[in-house]
Amino acid sequence: MGLESAQIHQILKEKFADAVLEEAADAVDPFIVVKPEVIEDLAYFCRDDSRLEFDLLSCISGVDYPERNVIEVIYCLDSTPNKHWLIVKVALPRDNAQVHTVENVWRTADWHERETYDLLGVNFQGHHNLIRILCAEDWVGYPLRKDYVMPESFRGIRNVVY
Amino acid sequence: MPEVKTEEMLLNMGPQHPSTHGVFRVVIRTDGEMVLESESHIGYLHRCFEKVAENNNYLQVVPYTDRMDYLCAMANNLGYAQTVEKLMKLQVPERAEYIRVIVTELNRIASHLMAFGTYGMDLGAMTPFLYAFRDREMLLKIFEKLCGQRLNYSYIRVGGVTFDMTDEILADIERFCEYFEPDILNEYNDLLSYNGIFISRAANVGVLPADLAISYGVTGPSLRGSGVARDLRKDEPSSIYERFDFDVVVGSGEMGTVGDCWDRYMVRVREMTESVKIVRQAIRDIPSGLFCDKKAFRGVKPPKGEVYHKVEGARGEVGFYIVSDGTVKPYRVKARGPSFCNISVLDALTSKGDCMVADMVAIIGSLDIVMGEVDR
Repeated sequence: MGLESAQIHQILKEKFADAVLEEAADAVDPFIVVKPEVIEDLAYFCRDDSRLEFDLLSCISGVDYPERNVIEVIYCLDSTPNKHWLIVKVALPRDNAQVHTVENVWRTADWHERETYDLLGVNFQGHHNLIRILCAEDWVGYPLRKDYVMPESFRGIRNVVY
Repeated sequence: MPEVKTEEMLLNMGPQHPSTHGVFRVVIRTDGEMVLESESHIGYLHRCFEKVAENNNYLQVVPYTDRMDYLCAMANNLGYAQTVEKLMKLQVPERAEYIRVIVTELNRIASHLMAFGTYGMDLGAMTPFLYAFRDREMLLKIFEKLCGQRLNYSYIRVGGVTFDMTDEILADIERFCEYFEPDILNEYNDLLSYNGIFISRAANVGVLPADLAISYGVTGPSLRGSGVARDLRKDEPSSIYERFDFDVVVGSGEMGTVGDCWDRYMVRVREMTESVKIVRQAIRDIPSGLFCDKKAFRGVKPPKGEVYHKVEGARGEVGFYIVSDGTVKPYRVKARGPSFCNISVLDALTSKGDCMVADMVAIIGSLDIVMGEVDR
């Protein structure tokens, strides 16, 4: 088996000392929060470091917290050779949710970032094709934001609420 | 002889197309029979699962998970239920764990049978489809007897399973295993797997190297077809999978190159044997006792927190990321469907210049996608 979460967090804290903002070691699934600016460097490091080797990005999800005025983007990483995992988060301001893309590190990120953009309006800088993926291309708004208001109709089709 | 003019053509395949396995659209740039480039478009079946989940309580979300991967709904139920249980630190009764393993593995067989049958049909063999459906029907009858449903079971819920497994159903399952393995699987191999025409259509086509597969997040049989022995049932046994003896099947390039369509196909056929093995062991060892936590069935209220949990579904890693704010409704449910990642590799596979339009069908079929899960 691979490393424990605490050991992985330690390696990251050594490498990115001032960029690790928070470490939740006691959570059900331990995670770390890092500064958005370092995400691409951190991603390359996670993938290429021989101790970590996170070669598989399981998923990218976004969560909206209006009362804290942040959108969190969560990266769930997995290592096929070492069989350990890591959860990395970045917190972005709601009105200017921007973070650098990691699509050059893991190709999975391409569609997952498009999905997060589509549903939460996070702008992944440097993404080669950041367009809506699940919703229609002329959809307005970001449905998974907590203050999203369901439209009355879409292209003349009324939204029937039972 | 006058010079024949050739020009590139943009073709639209789908969203309504018999071999895209659902409403999936690919725009293909072709030069004669060759595919130069392709671009996938998804979202035609988007049903806002994640948004709906925020507006329902934890138990009401379960039926929506069925409708993601409707060919292997048990694995989705299992993934969701285990994620909430992990959040609550809830231990389900031993008997429920065994029942969960049995039904998930049977559902995996049913799903692989569907993949086997439709893949044959994609490549022009009609008969295997009928054979596969004959046997799949037996499994669906078992599920119907068990929980009244043939596809969307909602059988595995937070705290256990909805109905107890009776001795009669266990006998049915044993009879199915007896019938199915090895005779029927050998029949399938004679019928399709080692058929010369089938091999020439699938071998050396759509070769997916291991590093490309991992980079695209391909999991499940499609990844194992590329020779990577990643199986969450072995690597991160979340339920009671570590108690069972089974092998992880990987592709070896038997008929061509490692990671070609034939390898991905064959991994599924061979995995059915492994699933039968697990089912047999589980039936042998199943303890008596409770099959659910009655209190959890009345409603759950997980503590504040967030958790990511993954299980091995028929198509790969079924993951759920759930954030709880301490109320009866989840604050956020993110579903990571394996098909979503598996199909994203299609453009890379078909844009290498050695892919023909007919191979496109072979590649889509070999990735075994369910659009309900891609679009959610």
